[in-house]
Parts: sequence; structure tokens; C-alpha cells
Amino acid sequence: MSDATKPAVPILEARNLIKTLGGNRVLDSVSLAIGRGKVKVLIGPSGAGKSTLLQCLNFLLPPDSGQILLEGREIDKKSKKELCSFRQQVGMIFQDFNLFDHLSALENVRVALMKVKGMGKLDATERAVAELKRVGLADKASLYPANLSGGQKQRVAIARALAMDPKIMLLDEPTSALDPELIGEVLSVIRDLAQGGMTMIMATHQISFSASLADEFMFMEKGRVVEHGSPAELLGKGSGSRTQAFCAKISELTGEAGDGEAGACRL
Amino acid sequence: MDFSVAFNAARDSLPYMLGGVGWTAGLICGSMLLGLALGVPLSVLQVYGPKPVRRAVSLYVWLFRGIPILVQLYIFYFGLLAWLSQLPGLTDIGLDSPFTAAVLVLGLTSSAYQSQIFRGAIQSLPGGQLKAARALGMTDAQAIRTVILPQALRLSIPGWSNEYSILLKDSALAFTIGVVEIMARMRSIASTTHEPVSMAFVAGIIFFALTWVGVKGLSLLENKVRIAGYTRQGAV
Repeated sequence: MSDATKPAVPILEARNLIKTLGGNRVLDSVSLAIGRGKVKVLIGPSGAGKSTLLQCLNFLLPPDSGQILLEGREIDKKSKKELCSFRQQVGMIFQDFNLFDHLSALENVRVALMKVKGMGKLDATERAVAELKRVGLADKASLYPANLSGGQKQRVAIARALAMDPKIMLLDEPTSALDPELIGEVLSVIRDLAQGGMTMIMATHQISFSASLADEFMFMEKGRVVEHGSPAELLGKGSGSRTQAFCAKISELTGEAGDGEAGACRL
Repeated sequence: MDFSVAFNAARDSLPYMLGGVGWTAGLICGSMLLGLALGVPLSVLQVYGPKPVRRAVSLYVWLFRGIPILVQLYIFYFGLLAWLSQLPGLTDIGLDSPFTAAVLVLGLTSSAYQSQIFRGAIQSLPGGQLKAARALGMTDAQAIRTVILPQALRLSIPGWSNEYSILLKDSALAFTIGVVEIMARMRSIASTTHEPVSMAFVAGIIFFALTWVGVKGLSLLENKVRIAGYTRQGAV
């Protein structure tokens, strides 16, 4: 990580994260730092450790070793109170949404406001409605997850995370479980967030989309960050980067449908 | 066999037999509720507790599932409770009554079975539910209360209804220590009327009706708390 591009105090910083799962070193001393309003995109083959990295960043999977700092302050993972307050400030979006199936869209967004932030029901409802409106789902507030499309579920999940006023959002392949025609609505919400200045770290295979948002690409392989740099650097013609090779492979596999991504590769 | 004699005997016995319904209902309500009150925390401890706690719960479940209710009734009524009720301060709280012993034995045994119903339901929920709750900053206790249990308990109603119908019939064993529930009344009235078969029919019909009412009631409850589009496997 070049120090020149790093702001004085990153919002979130990880130092030398190591995680071993079932004897495999899934994260091999990964470090990163992200400044306010920046968007970092994690790219790499399945099993590279992208998802593990994101889940280690908010201790859903506790790293075996390494440090995580929020605005320069190290999180003590042994303190449950500190962990809960840290997680409130770090929004998480999952590949398979993980909406609470027994709660309506509105209740999904409201529940943590009431239980975690201790807001009253009226205030929490008002806030939840506002967040649903922001993702374009005000009219679906009373529906249960089972009656929402995948794209709608993911937007509710985004509203739920946003309602907590996170300082940073972690997005773990937010569109990978969606039918192709539903990807666009979720990407457009993510684009709005980025343009609104939300700090984000996102794992995705949507290369061309993320190239237009990202300040930095991080290419991961076998638990390590093997390359990082601006999308233009890594995807530039003749850059000879692993990122470009990987991205070319994706567009090759997806054939004509991968035009967008092939386009991104030729940036 | 003279059917009219048998029929008249059955009809005449009804008020007395039905008088046992209150006792049977008391046994069932007491023991199902005790089983629920203990079974839910036991299941949570067995899934989320530290290893020694999980082991302890597992041992508890083995004990109560492994010892026949009849044997437990003897141990509790003639042994444990008889002894406890003589201790200072415990003499006048009805610990030595057969009803207390029966509710305790049925309730503790049911808590062992119920804990396994709830455990199965908790473990059938997708792991992402707890993760999402934690990611929002909930403590594990908050996540279990607001996210895990409301879903797991809904999924548990069919198993719970099965447990009800089993426990209802197990409650007939309480006659052995002198609770004057339906079975006890059947035996006493059969020995005076010499019509054991027709009395057994009456008792059988009453037990059947109680089973039907309970199972139907729970099935109504299941529909009432059902969430649109939600199935046992989670979202459709």
C-alpha cells in the first residue's frame, strides 16, 4: 500500500490479518487501509479469500491474528461491548441478503434501530421508512422477504445497513445471487451510495461496473493481495497485470454477454 | 355381554370420569409449560453454550429421556419430594402432593424432549440469520431473542403438537401415585361397576377428544403465526 495515497487517518485499517480455516490459510497476512469516501473493490477467483477478508474485517469471522483499527483506534475483539459498537459502525451486505425472514421489510430495517440503538418505535419507523424510500422500496415496506424479489431483498438489506449510519460499508458480492435482470437495480443503489460519499469495500465480479466507481482495485489470490492499484492502471492495455488476465478470462467465459467486462478490460 | 348394561354403566360414569378432565388438563398445562420454560433455554444452551454447558445439557436430556416416567414418578414422589417436603421451610408448600410430583416428572421429561425439538429448529435456520444480526451490532442474546427464537419457535409448533399428544397420554401414568385424573377414575369406577371395558372406552374417548382439541388448537396457532411465503425451509 503506497503511503502517498493514504489519508492521514484511514476510516478502517487492517494490519496483517491471518485466518486459517480447516488447515488452509485463507488469509495470509492481509493489510489494507481505506480513507473516507473511498471505494475499494476486491477482485479475484473463488476461494481467494475475499469473503473471508470482509467477514474478518467486522469479526464475523475472528481473525487468528492481526489488528483492525477504526479511525485509528484498535478494536479489542475480546470486549463484547466494543465489538457490538464497532459492528454498528460497519455496515455489512451479504451475497445471500440474510434478511430476517420473520420480519417485514420495514421491521427488518427497524429492528436494530430499536434493539441496538434503543430508538423508540415511532422514530425508528420514520427512519426505516426513509431508508426504504432511499432504495426505492417505500411501497414494499409491509412485505415479507419471501414475497420480495432478490433485487428487492438486497435493497432492503442495504437500507437496513444504512439505517445504522455506518461509517463504512462492506459488500460481499452483493449481486452474485441475483438473476441477471435484477442486478441493475442493486448496482444503481450502490452507485448512488458511492456518489453520496459512502466509504465502501466491495467484493464483486462486476468488473466494468466497479471500475467506474472504484478508487482502488485489490486483486486477491490464495489469501493474499497480489496486486492493487487504480482500475485504469490494472486494466490498462498491456499492463500485463493479473487483474487484467483474470478479467479477460471472465469475459471469455461469459462470451458475448461479457461485452461490458471485456470493455472494462480494454480501459 | 349385555350392551345396554354396558352402555348405561358408561353413561352413568360420565360425570365422574369427566371430573378427571380438570386434573388431566392441569397435569398437561403444568408440564407442557414447565417443559417449555426449561426446554427453550436448554436448547439455546445446547446450541450456543460453551462446551461444558453443552455436555451438561446433553446429560440432562439423556437422563430424562432414558428413565421411564413410571420409575421417575416413584423416585420423585416416594423419594426426592417426600424427603424435601420434610426440610424446614418446605413443609407446607405441597411438595409431597402427587399432583406436584406428576407435574414435575412430566414437565422435566418433556423439557428434555422439547429442548430437542427447539434445537433442531434453531439448527435448521440458515447461519446467515445470526451473522446478519451480529453484523448490525446485536449481542448474541439480542440476536437469539429477536431473530433466532421467533423463527425457531414457529418452526417448532408441529413437533410441539406431537409432544403434546404424547405427554397427554403419558399423564395417565400419574394414577400410579394417586392423582385422580381420568385413568385413576376409570380404574376405580371399573372395580365397582365390574364394567372395565366400557369404562376403558369412555376413558379412551375422553383422551382422544383432549388430543384432538389440543392438536387442532396448535394447528390453528401455527396458521395464525405463519409468515407469508415462509416454509419450513425458510423463504420459498
